[in-house]
Formats: sequence, C-alpha cells, structure tokens
Amino acid sequence: MAMAVKFEKRLNPSAAMNLAVPLLSLLAALLVGAVFLALTGRDPGEVYSAMFKGALGSSYGLSETVVKAIPLMLCALGISAAFRMQLWNIGAEGQFYMGAFAASWLPLTFPDLPSLVMLPGMVALGCAAGGLWALAPALLRARWKVNEIITTLMFNYLAILWVDYLVYGPWKDPKGFNFPLSAQFSPAAALPTFGDSRIHVGLVFAILLAILFWILFEKSRWGYEIKVIGASESAARYAGMDIRRNIYLVMFLSGAVCGLAGMTEVSGIAGRLQPGLSPGYGYTAIIVAWLSKLHPAAILIVAVLFGALQVGGFFVQTMGVPASVSSMLQGAVLFFVVGGEFLTKYRIVIGRKEVA
Amino acid sequence: MAQPLVQMRGIVKKFPGVVANDHVDLDIYAGEIHALLGENGSGKSTIMSVLAGLYKPDAGEILIAGAPFVFGSPREAIAAGVGMVHQHFKLVEPFTVAQNMQLGERRGSFLLSDKGIREEIKKFEQRFGLAVDPDACVWQLSVGEKQRVEIVRMLYRGSNVLILDEPTAVLTPQEATELFVNMKKMAAAGCAVVFITHKMNEVQEVADRVTVLRGGRVSGTMLCREVHAQELVWLMVGREIIMNAERCPRGECGAEIASLDSVQALNDSGRPGLNCVSLSLRSGQIFGIAGVSGNGQKELAEVLTGLRKVTSGSVKFQCKPVTNLSPAELIRRGIGYVPEDRLGMGLVPGLDAVENMLLKSYTHPEFSGRWLINRQAAEAATAKIVLQYNVKLASLTQPVRSMSGGNLQKLLLAREIAGDPKLIVVVYPARGLDVGATESIHKLLMELRDRGTSILLISEDLDELMKLSDRVGVMFGGRIVGNFAIEEVDLEEVGLLMMGLFRNRGEHIHGNGR
Repeated sequence: MAMAVKFEKRLNPSAAMNLAVPLLSLLAALLVGAVFLALTGRDPGEVYSAMFKGALGSSYGLSETVVKAIPLMLCALGISAAFRMQLWNIGAEGQFYMGAFAASWLPLTFPDLPSLVMLPGMVALGCAAGGLWALAPALLRARWKVNEIITTLMFNYLAILWVDYLVYGPWKDPKGFNFPLSAQFSPAAALPTFGDSRIHVGLVFAILLAILFWILFEKSRWGYEIKVIGASESAARYAGMDIRRNIYLVMFLSGAVCGLAGMTEVSGIAGRLQPGLSPGYGYTAIIVAWLSKLHPAAILIVAVLFGALQVGGFFVQTMGVPASVSSMLQGAVLFFVVGGEFLTKYRIVIGRKEVA
Repeated sequence: MAQPLVQMRGIVKKFPGVVANDHVDLDIYAGEIHALLGENGSGKSTIMSVLAGLYKPDAGEILIAGAPFVFGSPREAIAAGVGMVHQHFKLVEPFTVAQNMQLGERRGSFLLSDKGIREEIKKFEQRFGLAVDPDACVWQLSVGEKQRVEIVRMLYRGSNVLILDEPTAVLTPQEATELFVNMKKMAAAGCAVVFITHKMNEVQEVADRVTVLRGGRVSGTMLCREVHAQELVWLMVGREIIMNAERCPRGECGAEIASLDSVQALNDSGRPGLNCVSLSLRSGQIFGIAGVSGNGQKELAEVLTGLRKVTSGSVKFQCKPVTNLSPAELIRRGIGYVPEDRLGMGLVPGLDAVENMLLKSYTHPEFSGRWLINRQAAEAATAKIVLQYNVKLASLTQPVRSMSGGNLQKLLLAREIAGDPKLIVVVYPARGLDVGATESIHKLLMELRDRGTSILLISEDLDELMKLSDRVGVMFGGRIVGNFAIEEVDLEEVGLLMMGLFRNRGEHIHGNGR
C-alpha cells in the first residue's frame, strides 16, 4: 500500500500539549515575523528587542501596555461567555461602541451629576446598551436559526457608523473647531486612575469579572447548563434545559461585558465620545479569548501580552518600522494557534497500512 | 433462464465486531424487479453498497454481464452499469437538474453543454415516464421529484442495474404507486431493478423475485408469485425464534401510570409521524413496541418525554393531563428516557461521568444550591452508582466518549434509574451491545419493573421483546396496528403486522389488497 498521510483523532488531548501548543505557536509567529522583517532589510532581533523594551521596559511603557490590555480583557471575557456555549459572537467591537455611546449619553446630557451617581449610571447604561445590541442577533438566532456570526459582525458596522453619525452630527462639540468629537465630559465622569498613570479602575472591573466568570463557568448551575448546551444541544434539550432562554441570557451577558469595555474606554481614557475609539479591540479580543482557551485567568495574561504587542508596535514606529507589524504578528499568532489546535486534537499518522 | 446480468458469489463483508455479509450469493437478471427483504442490520444495504462500489468486500467476486468486476470505487461500478439511489439523495441542492446530471461526468468537452442532456432527459421521459424539468433547481423539488432526478441521473450515466434503497420510505402513497409503474417500465426495457424494502405489500405488488436476508446470510430467494407472506416472515425473523421464544418471569401488573389518547404528532420533516395512537401503560409492566424503525417509534418516545409537540389528542401521566408539558416538567414528574442516541443525546461525549450523571439532577437540592453545584456530592453519588451498577470506566473525570457502548448504556440507564422514574421510555436498549452487556441491561430493566416502574420498551429485536415484555404493541405507518398480552402474542402475526399486513383479514394496511 502506498504511503499515506492520515489524521487520527486523539481521544484525550494531553494537558501538556494544551499548554505547549499556544506557546509554540507564539514562537512560530515571532519567527515568521522575523523572516518578514529580515526581508524588508531590518534586523529582527533589534526590532523585537525595541518592541519589548518599549512595551515592558519602562514604567510608562508598562502602564500603556496595561491601558491597552484593559479593553482587551473585558471584551475577551465577554466573548468567552458566548463562545462557551458555541455562540460565535464576533460583535464585541459593535457592542463596545454601543456601550461607549450609551455611557456617553449621561455626562453629555447631565454634566452636573456627582461622580457617585454619574459613574454607576454610566456603567449601567454601557452594560445595558452592549447587552441589548447583542440581544438582537441572539433573537434572530434563537427564533429563526439565523447564523449569529454574520449578524453580530454586521451589527459592528451599524454601531460604528452610529457613533460616527453622532460625533459628526448631533453630538458634535460646538466649541470643538468642527472636529468630529463630542464635548469633553465633566471630571465627575472620569474613572479614577492609579497614581499618575493612565491605568484606570477598568482593570479592577476586569479582574473582578474574571473571578466571577471563573466561579460562574466552573462552579455554578448556570455554567453547567452553558457547558452542556455548548457540548450537545440535543442532550441539553433531553435534560430539559431551555436553550432559547440561555441564548438570550448568555448573549446579553457577553454583550454587556463588551459594552462595559466601551464605557471604561470613553470614561477612563478618551473623556469624550470620538470616532476610532477602538483600534479593533473587539476583534483582537477574539484572538485573546481563543488563545486563552476561554479561561478567565489566561485571558487576563494574554490580554497583557497583546497590549504589549500593540504598544511595542507603536514604539518601533520611531525606528521607521510600520506599526502594522504588530497587527501582522497578531494575525500570525492566531494562524498558528488555530493550526496548532488541530494538532492537539488529531495525530498525524504517516504510512501506516489501512486496516480494511 | 438466460445468464444473470449480475452474479455475486460468496461476498463477505466484515465491520469491526460484526459480519455484515456472510458468504452472500445473489443473482440478478436483466428485466426483473428483485426485492431485498430483511430486518434492519440483516445486511441488505451492505450487500448493495458492495455492488455499487462503496464497500470493498473481504472475500467473494462479482460478475457483471459475465465479466469480473474489479472493486474500486463507485466510478468503476457506474462504468459497469450499476447505479444506486440512496435513501439520502446525493444531489447538489442549489444546482439545476441538468447541472446535477453533469456531476462526475467525464466524457464530453471542456465546456459544458446541456443541450445533449436536455435531449437525453426528454428521451427518458418518453421511454419510462420519468418526467423531470432540466431547468428546475433541485431545492425546489418535492422528495418524489428528487428521487426521479436520481433515477434519471443513473440512467443517463448508462446504468442498467438500478439499486433503490428503501425508495418508498420517503414517498407518499401516490408517489410510491407512480414509482412502481416506472420501475416496471424500466424492467420491461431490460434494466435490472433491485429494491430494498421492509414492506410486504411492495414485494407482492412489484417484485418478480425476492431474496430474504437474515443476520448477513441469504435465507432464501424465490419467485414472488410462488411465495406466501408467512413464509417470508419465517425467513426474515427465523422460524426457531418464533417457535422457541424465551420468556422471563412476569411481574405483577398494577394501576395505569400513563396513557395516550388518539395522539397525533408530526415527524421531523413535518409529515404525520404519529397517527391516532392510543396506549395505556401500567405500573410494573413492560410494554414492548415492535416495528421496523421509522414507523413512529421515535415520535412516540418523544411525545411521552415532552420533546415533540402533540398536534391533537392527549397524554396523561399519573391521572393528570400532561400533553405538551416541557421536558423539564416531565422529568420532574418522574418520566425517564433512554434515547436511541446514547452518546450525543443521552450522554454528552465531551463531559466526564460526574457531569453526565448530573444531567437530569443538577437542580436537585442534593447536588446544588440556588447558584452553585456541589461537585463533591455529585462525585460521591457517581462513584456509588458506578460501583453499584458495575460500570467500567477509567476515571470519573475523563470524557465519557472513550467508554465502551455497554458501559455507556449502563451509565445512562443507571442515571435514569437513580432519578426514581415512575415511567421510563427505553429505545433500542441493546442495539450494538455484546451478549454480556445486553444481559445486564435486560436484568436492570426487569429489576426496575419489579419495583413497580412502568417501562415502554421500543425495540426491533423480537427476541428481546418476547423475553421482556408483558404486552406487545406493533407500530406501522405511525399507528399501533396490534396490541397483545404476551400470552396471546403470535409472532408470525407480529411479523406480518410489522410489514403492514393483517393476516386475519388478509389485507394490506396500506395499498390495495390482493
């Protein structure tokens, strides 16, 4: 019999491989990036070390890394909730923008509220808007089996354009020299920060949510339902679980957390509603969630890594390296992780005789 | 008679654990309609898949028109003139009929032209009455039309041996009648038509000869006009089973636990699946449902467990109406269910034994508070059950997908028993299990019955039904066509009813009498 390459399913992927594969894919992505950098005539070692130093080598770089990591953490946590039930919410970006929009409404309409009312109000509005924005695709999915990948993705464009419309139109700051920005929020609408860095309490939200999610998904009754529905819908139906209700609840939760990310970004960083609020956090967060295998603690760590990648990318621009190098590396990481995923599930068998 | 068009000699096909075909000899002549009869798992589909080039046999040879047939792929089979129409059509839905004809076509030029195809399609319409519109998209067609497209496609490829796998299973009675007319025309034109069936009336209506398979062997081939229905049942089921059915000691039969009254329900494709079904299930009784699968058994099980909506009629459980209550509510009231699909519905392959044990009881106070699940309690309970029911598994915390079929079934049944059901619906409980595992599952069911639980046992295995049941009902075409106390069961009659034939009145349940 001729040599044949076959893929055999592994029954129980080992724990060591589950850890090794993401690390190896990270390494492979860096290697591919190095080849690319070398081809464009730069010394990959130099660029990588500059990225590393820029992102993690100074207290400023480090704090900026965390600042970028906060929305990634929150969005990835939100995404992970949906992904656990095999609901492919690709709409974190849109839910982020809707959260930012709704949170901005409060300080723009009632600028004089005290911060004790303002901030909780903004959190509630941001979460509600993000959650409701995710609920629409959930409704379509639960009622008519409309593929949520497509709808959540399309809803992103709606949300981004909606925010654009507001800042170019009705919400444009009259004193803003015609720039597409809303008015500056009052100081009461700004999330407290740590020391004189830009790191805001969104970090605390993310850490608390990660703990909550760990309990929810590993220990709770609801988490068990989500797990069963994600693993086998027909078994869940058989066990009497309400699948529709869970689609609504989980998508709302997922969207609400992404909406919270939008709220923390307008309140803690931008201080106003503006276009381009997110450089694609909602999309990068998908990679973060996937790389972390949806584990909340891993999400926090991986988000910092991707934050560093972005800050490092900005930093090497001073060397004349385009910042898109970091986007490219992100893409390469995902590519290798998905490929590696295959290897944890399947074993490659070469040239074994077929058993007839 | 002339030389057979197809000669199959000593075909052996083994699958892991089973011999699907055990030295099967089969001759098929040009111009005949040949029926293949047999229970599920008797090897009918396997032998036809071998002929169609889908399986490579482990031994044996095939001669087609006197020339040895080299086993390879369906391509070789098509080249030799063998075409098979499967139960699940192999058509590309968004393509037109003409485009589907061209699939896999290797002759002709690089550029596709459907002018020739149109002419050929027209030719088949004129010759056999197989009318299809070449420009219609396949997704727009009815099931009967799709089947016609499949047949025309096989003819277009030059098949003169046509295999139809349970062709009427998906058809309305009118469509079936039309198909039979077309089959006769094709046979008259010199084709050999082989069709797989479970239904006696179809054999008598269209077939010239019939071959009966049982347990992978040919138990008889005969001319249809010379054979009696009874004889075919004997060949299918095995005379020794009918004569020496083993019976277990009966339990005490108690009060009515559940009842169905004129229940109607739709099947998955939206057609009537249950047709005016009335049943009474008693405590301490095993009610067996015999029948060829696909005659409403799945719908019956799902109606009782709340997974399928009743469209009319009523279901009662413990004297209270429970029609169309949710599955969760019915579980709570004490209806257990061992579904046909063990791994996927009854158990979740990717979860461990403990999580699978929790599937029905994760809201019980014993295992969870208002919010959190008490994993320790669940683990302890699982360990106890695993020990008690002698379930063999590597570890409680490993995904159950690596467990053997028998142990999966034990785990599943143990979980349902642990829920202390008043009624349990058990579907094909021993399918695919070895003798030992079957024995222990049967023992569990009898113990459960002795404790007063009412059991609805749906099975295709008459041995199993005779051994366990206190009453036997027979399902055919979504109806209960027979209902006997075990002492009164005449297996021959059950066999006839399963194939849609009333012996006493000598008439078919569907189709015209003879």
